Amino acid sequence: MDRAGAQARIIQLAIFALAAGGWYFVTAAGGVSRLLLPSPGEVGTTLLRLIQTKSFWNSVGVTFSSILQAYVIAVVGGIVAGYLVTRSKTAMGVLEPVLAGLFTIPLTLLLPLFILFFGIGPASKIAYGATYAFFPVALNTIAAFGHFDERWLRAAQSMGASRWQTFRHILLPGAFPVLVTGLRIGFVICFASVLGGETIASAVGIGHNIALSAEQMEPGRLYAWIAFVTITAVTLNLLITSIENTIVRRDRK
Amino acid sequence: MSATSPNDIAISIRNITQRFGEEGAPDSVLALDDVSLDIRKGEFVCLLGPSGCGKSTILNIVGGLFRPTSGTTLVEGRSVEGTPHTDQIAFVFQESTLFPWYTVIENFRIAMKFRGMAASEWDDRAMKALKAVGMASFARHYPDQLSVGMRQRVNMARGICVETPILLMDEPFAALDEQTRMVLGEDLSQLLAATGKTIVFVTHSLAEAVFLSDRIAVMTARPGKIKTIIDVNEAHPRSPDFMLEPRFSELRNQCYALLRDEIRATMAAQRDPAGVEA
Ligand SMILES: Nc1ncnc2c1ncn2[C@@H]1O[C@H](COP(=O)(O)OP(=O)(O)OP(=O)(O)O)[C@@H](O)[C@H]1O
Ligand SMILES: [Mg+2]
Repeated sequence: MDRAGAQARIIQLAIFALAAGGWYFVTAAGGVSRLLLPSPGEVGTTLLRLIQTKSFWNSVGVTFSSILQAYVIAVVGGIVAGYLVTRSKTAMGVLEPVLAGLFTIPLTLLLPLFILFFGIGPASKIAYGATYAFFPVALNTIAAFGHFDERWLRAAQSMGASRWQTFRHILLPGAFPVLVTGLRIGFVICFASVLGGETIASAVGIGHNIALSAEQMEPGRLYAWIAFVTITAVTLNLLITSIENTIVRRDRK
Repeated sequence: MSATSPNDIAISIRNITQRFGEEGAPDSVLALDDVSLDIRKGEFVCLLGPSGCGKSTILNIVGGLFRPTSGTTLVEGRSVEGTPHTDQIAFVFQESTLFPWYTVIENFRIAMKFRGMAASEWDDRAMKALKAVGMASFARHYPDQLSVGMRQRVNMARGICVETPILLMDEPFAALDEQTRMVLGEDLSQLLAATGKTIVFVTHSLAEAVFLSDRIAVMTARPGKIKTIIDVNEAHPRSPDFMLEPRFSELRNQCYALLRDEIRATMAAQRDPAGVEA
């Protein structure tokens, strides 16, 4: 890590420490009701107790398998659909603005419809997350392959590249950075949609537990769940970034 | 000079017409109108003409990147039917077309892989070509770690490394400063003398055209035709002293006079687009 990077890391840690310290002092001073904001200690012990129960891991299992299924559907569907659209100029002209337009509609509005169609179980959240995440994946796939720099294709053609070689050595690495952006946005949306969907209408899963704890006025549990999701999200983000960096560094500087 | 047997001809362009878009459509462009030109083996021919007159289009047709609307092109006697003759022709394009996701050496390897050349030859040929342009120590760099000038030298070397008898160069030095341009021009003249390559070269620089060419094909404004062919009788490799000779400036002025009329015609056409395609 260079100096600027190290400096940034220190400042990030300081901000985190400040927030945690602030949380601790506010609750220790008794300025805020325990029902609204329990102390870090209480949240910590609740979380430790929670993770030893079977039902905790059941909920986690349901939610993450929903996210994974939704994401796989969105990625496969988005990339295939996006790529097919770029194969025709007409299709691109017609469909790209339509997809972009649809993506600006807050699909949350349609969540009740998904529940209606797919029921209160995980299926509705999977369908909802997959639909929502489909758009950024498809749109970025179109951007990556449809607005590809002609000069590279022309150069490859002049060297006698076959169709497959052009795809493998030119299109794919050239499109990769934009494609990855779509995958990343898609993942964030998938994660948020499934969890959000669960908090609004579900019978199982992390979101369900969060909504339930809030309803039942159990702040310790509520914040323990939120803390768990936060830690997981941060970990996943770090993981994805490092994978991305390795691939991008290998394929493109 | 003009009496040549068919065996001496590297490229024969016969009655090429190129129209982009359907005839009669509002965006239809007649880019080339019945262009014919024979280029001898080992000859350096410059295409000189106003912007948009179809110079790149000629190179692309000769290189087999697409089929012309009508007319034929023969390369070493074989007809080009919209498929690149990669064993005979290499391109160096207007802009640096190095692939940014590959290092310099990987860019060479992929160019040779696409041509189906044996993998055992890739690195030797790449390093030889890189040495020729003084870029051997940058083999493991990525293109965007190089300056524009260095990138274009690598780009040129990538065209040379495959050792085809014909090199098509579309404004390869356009992005370079005057001095680098001149030095690379000298290198190219030396390469020509050493290898006997046939080179078709597009440029907007009059001095470059005169300094490098055996013949300069001056083109008309769009629709492009060949207006005049100017012979430059001077053996390769040429030294910078050639530029100091009175003959050099005479030729340069002659080119300029021919071009000036065409550029004025283009500008007039742009001011009054209705009269253009009629
Ligand atoms: N793929 C294409 N589709 C439609 N029109 C094209 C296409 N390629 C070229 N043209 C048109 O054909 C004409 C000739 O283009 P070309 O690129 O050959 O010009 P040029 O002489 O190389 O110009 P410059 O010196 O600016 O590079 C231009 O008017 C251009 O707009
Ligand atoms: Mg051009």
